[in-house]
Amino acid sequence: MSTYTGNQEGEPINEPAGPATTAVSTAVDMSAAPSTEAAPQADAIAQALANTERPPRPSALSTSVTFGWRALLKIKHVPEQLFDVTVFPVVMTLLFTYLFGGAIAGSVDGYIAYLAPGILVQSVLMITMYTGTTLRTDIDKGVFDRFRSLPIWRPSALVGMLLGDAVRFTVASVITAVVCWFIGWRPAGGIAGVAAGVLLLLIFAFALGWVWTFLSLILRTAGSIMGVAMMVMMPLVFASNIFVDPSTMPGWLQAWVNVNPVSHLVTAVRALMDGVSPGSDLTLSLMWAVILVAVFGSLTMWKYRDPK
Amino acid sequence: MADLAIETHGLVKTYGDTRAVDGVDLAITRGGVHGFLGPNGAGKTTTIRMLATLIRADAGTGTVLGYDISSQADEVRSRVSLTGQFASVDEDLTGSENLRLIAKLYGHSGKAAVRRANELLDAFGLSDAADRQVKKYSGGMRRRIDIAASIVVTPELLFLDEPTTGLDPRSRNEVWDIIRAMVDFGTTVMLTTQYLDEADQLADRISVIDSGKVIAEGSATELKASVGAGALHVRVMHRDERENARDILVRELGVDVERSADPQGLTAAIDDRGRVTRALSALDSEGVGLAQFSLGQPTLDEVFLALTGKPVAEAAVNEEEAA
Ligand SMILES: Nc1ncnc2c1ncn2[C@@H]1O[C@H](COP(=O)(O)OP(=O)(O)O)[C@@H](O)[C@H]1O
Ligand SMILES: [Mg+2]
Repeated sequence: MSTYTGNQEGEPINEPAGPATTAVSTAVDMSAAPSTEAAPQADAIAQALANTERPPRPSALSTSVTFGWRALLKIKHVPEQLFDVTVFPVVMTLLFTYLFGGAIAGSVDGYIAYLAPGILVQSVLMITMYTGTTLRTDIDKGVFDRFRSLPIWRPSALVGMLLGDAVRFTVASVITAVVCWFIGWRPAGGIAGVAAGVLLLLIFAFALGWVWTFLSLILRTAGSIMGVAMMVMMPLVFASNIFVDPSTMPGWLQAWVNVNPVSHLVTAVRALMDGVSPGSDLTLSLMWAVILVAVFGSLTMWKYRDPK
Repeated sequence: MADLAIETHGLVKTYGDTRAVDGVDLAITRGGVHGFLGPNGAGKTTTIRMLATLIRADAGTGTVLGYDISSQADEVRSRVSLTGQFASVDEDLTGSENLRLIAKLYGHSGKAAVRRANELLDAFGLSDAADRQVKKYSGGMRRRIDIAASIVVTPELLFLDEPTTGLDPRSRNEVWDIIRAMVDFGTTVMLTTQYLDEADQLADRISVIDSGKVIAEGSATELKASVGAGALHVRVMHRDERENARDILVRELGVDVERSADPQGLTAAIDDRGRVTRALSALDSEGVGLAQFSLGQPTLDEVFLALTGKPVAEAAVNEEEAA
């Protein structure tokens, strides 16, 4: 019965909507409501049902974009979720530049030229992990049950979510780039070069997102998803050429760094931003993106049929 | 057989050691409300999720509106809607945004989606809350927006999973009115519930499910009749007349008559109502004075007890007290 007091939006039609009778509920929403409108109307429902208009089945692209729109609406209503894409990159950039700058490159100014493209990659790749926890929360809340019961191209809910995430990643990239610019980064490729690098990064991030969607379908809690994601990300991000030139590393580590897909991505992004030809690293990065989508996209959709 | 809304044979779903659904056979005709009654954990949600193609059966087959739930899942999805046990709308979005989202996903243009959303918000009495986030809705309003989202495109069959659990009595009545309106229109509704009175009020036919198995099927009246036509309770004027009265009742009714805890009370399960009148006049003519008597229909509670050997879920009982 405790829910009753807060739930008086549906006043009986013949009862005067005086503040005296609904002292508790005025705070809710009686103030503007003519009392006759607040209860469900059987005839209006029948009329709504009688409208049996069936629009033609929408395309895969259209439903994906609609889900992207949902992600943007969520950012509008829960702007806090931009916190991690803004604060995290700024902290990372400042920390690594000033912490390692002197030791590694002799000076901050010298280091930022090397570090900026890499820290951009790191910032964005690290926040892709939130895709997994967000999806888990959605699934737990039941709203994915509705999406999965719709007659639409099934991956579109996830594709749309990743498209929406691309907006967050773009925000993170812009913020990181601006911070780096203030520190003294002046990329030779100019705005166009930076934009091309960010575009490549977004493509790779979209592909990596499928790893996290898969994890969120096989693991039950946001905590365990984050834990596993960290285990995956650590060697990819830190054992790469983001922070230091691999030629200073021991041989076994160099061997890993040289096959690490993130290294290829960083090299390609660096080249694009420095205005030089990215060569085979661009091809390799895109190839890795295709492999990730093919493997983890399929695994995700296979699990999506029957998630835990 | 294509006339059946739902037909299943031996549906099974296991989770580890739990046989959540353990061989369910259903044959549900089109139109009206089919009640799926069972205590918490009986397997209602799991069955519905298999039928709505959200999860796959481990064994068994099923068709919904004539389409196979495993090989023609897409055909099923385009004809049915599901309102889950837990809110299946996005709580971060407003009511209007939720309905527009679903409308667009069905292929409506932006304009048509807005029109449809407004029409439904009006019908469900949610116009004033249209631009508020669903997480700020009351329980009853959430249920309504959830059901509204299920009929953005009119479904032929609607699954409603415990639509009134946790609602206050008035919101519950509102949901009942909505369901009746849909049935009047011709939509087939499959409704799960733990509440006997809800099944009694709304459902044309009821399947009783317990531990993953359907243990009885029929109309509410048939189910009640299956445990006898009812019970006769009498209370004699003086307690020393009880034994005499009992002998007369046993003779006239031809069934066993139990002594109740009340030293003046007697109870008998009746299968032939005709004999009750005779038994009562026999008591009268032999000079046994009655303080009171009553002839009750068995409640679905008694049906449940008789079928499963255990009382209905606590929750259901509590809710009835609250109401
Ligand atoms: N995803 C799941 N994982 C493990 N066990 C589950 C899962 N879903 C349901 N169950 C179990 O299956 C049984 C039936 O559950 P459910 O269908 O939700 O019952 P009801 O809806 O009738 O309350 C319960 O014992 C429940 O714990
Ligand atoms: Mg349930």
